[in-house]
Amino acid sequence: MFDENDMILEARHVTRRFPASGGRELTACQDINLKFYRGKTLGLIGESGCGKSTFMRFLVRLDVPTEGEILFKGKDLTKQKGEELRQTRQYIQMVFQDPGGSFNPKMRIRDIICEPLINFGRIKTSEKDAVARRFLEAVDLPGEFADRFPHNMSGGQRQRIAIARAVALEPELIIMDEATCALDVSVQKTIIELIVRLQKEKKIAIGFIAHDLGLIQSFAHQIAVMYLGTIVEVLPGEDVEQARHPYTRALLGAVFDTRMDFTKKIESIDSEIPSPLDVPPGCPFQTRCEHCVELCRQTRPVLTELRPGHEVACHIFGKEERKA
Amino acid sequence: MLEINNITISYQDRPAVKDFSMTLKEGEIASLVGESGSGKTTVIRAVLGLLAGGGKVTEGDILFEGTSLLENTKETWRRLRGTDISMIFQDSGAMLNPIRKIGDVFVEYICTHEAMSKKEAWKKGVEMLARMRLPGGDNIMNSYPFQLSGGMRQRVGIAMAMTFRPKLLLADEPTSALDVTTQAQIVRQMMELRDEYGTSIIIVTHNLGVAAYMSDWIIVMKDGRITDSGIRDDILHGNHSDYTRKLLDVVPSLGGVRYV
Repeated sequence: MFDENDMILEARHVTRRFPASGGRELTACQDINLKFYRGKTLGLIGESGCGKSTFMRFLVRLDVPTEGEILFKGKDLTKQKGEELRQTRQYIQMVFQDPGGSFNPKMRIRDIICEPLINFGRIKTSEKDAVARRFLEAVDLPGEFADRFPHNMSGGQRQRIAIARAVALEPELIIMDEATCALDVSVQKTIIELIVRLQKEKKIAIGFIAHDLGLIQSFAHQIAVMYLGTIVEVLPGEDVEQARHPYTRALLGAVFDTRMDFTKKIESIDSEIPSPLDVPPGCPFQTRCEHCVELCRQTRPVLTELRPGHEVACHIFGKEERKA
Repeated sequence: MLEINNITISYQDRPAVKDFSMTLKEGEIASLVGESGSGKTTVIRAVLGLLAGGGKVTEGDILFEGTSLLENTKETWRRLRGTDISMIFQDSGAMLNPIRKIGDVFVEYICTHEAMSKKEAWKKGVEMLARMRLPGGDNIMNSYPFQLSGGMRQRVGIAMAMTFRPKLLLADEPTSALDVTTQAQIVRQMMELRDEYGTSIIIVTHNLGVAAYMSDWIIVMKDGRITDSGIRDDILHGNHSDYTRKLLDVVPSLGGVRYV
């Protein structure tokens, strides 16, 4: 669907297990295969605890998978260390959910934005002020903010600073972990617009974690839906309406917007997500799926391509309809 | 049933809400929408007489079933709160005592408001949890708040608030800390409560999508003042201020704006 030459990062068969109490194992991510392309956004959505953040943390090397490899420009990220890893880090940056928690409260905005640049020797200390102003203006904030401390700013402004810091090194991939969900809806929109603008200017690949399908479909080129550690559906961002997996359909039904039909009954799944400690054998979604049949309880469905760019892991909705 | 007449609420002489009025009839749902700091939480806290940090209603009056709430004594409040008027908070986990089990708190709550044995109160608690579609009520009653997920805690909070079938339910951002799927469940359950018991609900939210789905009335607030108010369809489609239009535009919707 995308040009393979533009692929900058590929996750292959990534699995992560954590030891849990009582000698058990918690599988947070199970055999994940995803690709990131230059200038494209991959939206990863799922409920809390489904392993989406765990996966994204591998890409910035905050953690390493138990199995599998992550190829960044052909080199396996999981095996890098020392200076080589440090050099790679400048190409992959991250924006966190809570911008307040990811800044040193005692540093001024100028120092926050310029710290990565100085670490990699890209600018001299004397240039700091001018550079900070330039980046502040790039994220639509006044240059005077360079003198401020993070606590003097609103949540939306802080998130802009976090984005300024992430783009400062001109990375090729930025991971955003629910970067807008702590913000008011009105602020959220302006941040998304900023992200999209920066992406177009600099051809950055973005991995965006979210749990709101309505939000993610407005700017993602590709959407991966995750449930209990596995990817259950991958589909192009422009046609989320054609989602087939029952879980994705349930997520679609849970979106509230002002254009919807208000007489429509809300279709939501009632039960709770099962604990990742005892994922049932077979399809992970079987306990909450109304279409569940015997086959689903026995064998785990694998991602199958329905059409280019659209893959579904479901025994019932994953196969039929092979028309072009 | 509830009438708020031109109230002004101030924190240490600085007005946070100015000249706010609304009326609500039985079985109606109204939502207060606005950005952070617009005074929406202050309004519903004033209705329950729970203004934080020395806040005071300096002008106007709040009438609940014809009597003013502002002159209530401690004794009258005790009779009203939790029985006739209940509240759901943004994070019910913070409302529950972390070192006591859910059942312990729930039973104490029921026994405070009604002469009932602990055993009966426990049964009633389990029944309320089942109504909120929480399976394994006994199990939940024996859990500590931290053992439950955010969505479950929120449902426990709603189950508690609905125990005495209040006439008025105040909900302060009941879904903003939750996943979308859980949000859909909670919204549906709150609407079922209205249909079953005829409870009137005031919901505070910054998500116009949720507000639009649930409410009969929408009140848009900005900087402590009402910028728009009216029935849902008027707010969504009728003539209204630029600010309301702006708020409507930012709700991400399926098949809406795409940037790429």
